[in-house]
Amino acid sequence: MIKIKTTDRYNITTLRSFMTNILCLLAALVVISIIFLIAGVNPIYAISEIFLGSFGSFYGIKETITKAIPLILIGTGLTLAFRAKFWNIGAEGQLLMGAIFATWTGLTFGEALPPYIIVPLIFLAGFIGGGLWGAIPAILKIKYSINEVISTLMLNYICAEILTMLIVGPWKGKTRFGFPGTNNLPDSAILGLIPGSRIHYATLILAILCAIVLSVIIYKTRFGYEARVVGENPDAGKYAGINFLKTSLILMAISGGLAGLAGVGEVAGIHHYLGYPASISSGYGFTAIIVAWLAKLNPLYAIISGIFFAGILVGGDAIQISLGLPAATVEIVNGTLLIFLIMGDYFLNHKITFQFSSK
Amino acid sequence: MEDIIISTLQRAMVAGTPLLLATTGEVICERSGILNLGVEGVMAMGAVVAFIVTMTTGHPWLGVLAAIAVGMAFSIIHAFTSITLQANQVVSGLALTMLGLGLSGMLGKPYVGKPLSIKMEDWVIPYFSDIPYLGKILFSQGPFFYIAIFLAMASWFLLERTRLGIQIRSTGENPKATETQGVNVFKIKYLSVIIGGGFSALAGAHLSISYSKSWIEGMTAGRGWIAIALTIFALWNPGRAIWAAFLFGGIFVVQYLLQPLGISPNFLSMLPYIATLLILLLISLKDPKKLNAPAMLAEPYKRGER
Repeated sequence: MIKIKTTDRYNITTLRSFMTNILCLLAALVVISIIFLIAGVNPIYAISEIFLGSFGSFYGIKETITKAIPLILIGTGLTLAFRAKFWNIGAEGQLLMGAIFATWTGLTFGEALPPYIIVPLIFLAGFIGGGLWGAIPAILKIKYSINEVISTLMLNYICAEILTMLIVGPWKGKTRFGFPGTNNLPDSAILGLIPGSRIHYATLILAILCAIVLSVIIYKTRFGYEARVVGENPDAGKYAGINFLKTSLILMAISGGLAGLAGVGEVAGIHHYLGYPASISSGYGFTAIIVAWLAKLNPLYAIISGIFFAGILVGGDAIQISLGLPAATVEIVNGTLLIFLIMGDYFLNHKITFQFSSK
Repeated sequence: MEDIIISTLQRAMVAGTPLLLATTGEVICERSGILNLGVEGVMAMGAVVAFIVTMTTGHPWLGVLAAIAVGMAFSIIHAFTSITLQANQVVSGLALTMLGLGLSGMLGKPYVGKPLSIKMEDWVIPYFSDIPYLGKILFSQGPFFYIAIFLAMASWFLLERTRLGIQIRSTGENPKATETQGVNVFKIKYLSVIIGGGFSALAGAHLSISYSKSWIEGMTAGRGWIAIALTIFALWNPGRAIWAAFLFGGIFVVQYLLQPLGISPNFLSMLPYIATLLILLLISLKDPKKLNAPAMLAEPYKRGER
């Protein structure tokens, strides 16, 4: 008889953590291949198309970095929220609110101000917009014990409708010839691109800076420590006199604010005007959840996992065109990867031994 | 005016049906201590499977059964990660939703926009349907309506009045003590998650083969998430879920009623989501203690060494 015995593992090395992640990704690829096979697509061809589409050409790499910008920003913000076990599923709405605030600022003050004033101003506006939208669920959770998963999700839908209401109504631009959308932002508020690409470098630099600053906040400051205590041991936190409302408000303002910055980048760097919610964000708020998880809630790793998942988005677009697969394919890939990642956590934290006995 | 009110209420019942089914399933699941955020994904799977099977075989009930079977099987993924592997239930549920929305999109692609010609006849209850007003609203609906109410009442009976129900509830409140009573906590949790999945898939089947009689990607439109909120609103009681779900069905329908008044359609589509938050807020303001979820909800249970 074989008996399976599991024991907790305490010393987890970075190498083991890394190898477990890699093994999980490989196992997920096997399952994804089976799904492709059932769908009648050659899995080796499809998967190699995904990675060739994203990392296999200069154009692909440029697009991958472009899409990595919002994922890194949101993903780093989520690492902080998730460490405090604040399940912020509302980054999508926070991104859109950031985009709304930034668009208003850009359209209102952009003409009169030079770029070196208006660009920081729209980033600030986006951070405030996303941060405020993120602070609402924090208040609802701490003061009214309303589950944050529900509130952040509901706020996603609400924000998308507010945005649509604005662009078909009061903010509808005269230059859109009757189509929904605002006027273009004035030139001074539009972010510069790395020539020959769509990479708005200001946001990219900001994203990497944010990841660095946030890792300092999480690992080196009292606030970071308090955020972790709130998540891991709330009773001890109450005993130690941590102000839960204040801590949750700050961490959600940061998490939402970073999603708001991503919204600024999409509007001022890519589209140059505010359009339909689905065109501003292609589900970045949800993909970033996996980014944060793959990064093991470490903001610096979120840079790498952000680029990885941006690659899957870009490659997913590529196989949609070349293999005629539906847009949902990327969700299958993402969902499967996430399931295997959380399965991997078990094998990372537990040692499994097989005992053979004659009984 | 009378006609408008009757038809509005009638449609509120139809719109509330999938919410009731999914909420009932989630109540059972959460009572055992497992939070399943995969409802939206399982619902989408149920919708697409029911549609495909109904379309190809011509038998809607075969479609319903297939949807339930697939929904149950699909939920095992969440059961395995959250019960056996003690993974984080929030993340696991989200993964299930992503996977469900993705797979349903892929499976259903050839069927997008195809109308379903097979019609499920309304069940007009003799005599009762002649009652003025109520007859039209409550007693001449499609089959899913009656099934949903019956299942919600049966689930209430199951949870509150049977041995299995007590085992499910005590598993969610205190798994350790339950296990010392000789109950296999893991089995109870698995069972609850799988039943919940069946319910969600049934809700999806209603959407595709009865409500809209077509399939389109993302047709669940957040109903799964609303069901999770309704679970809280119903205070984990399937009986309360009945009127909670139909109240929300009303909010969905009232959009169309108010549209001619010149209110922005986007504002009206916001209503169900705003109402969800407001209602949770109201419960909390009235009596915060009421929001007490099953004590061990979303807490992974570790079996002691044996």
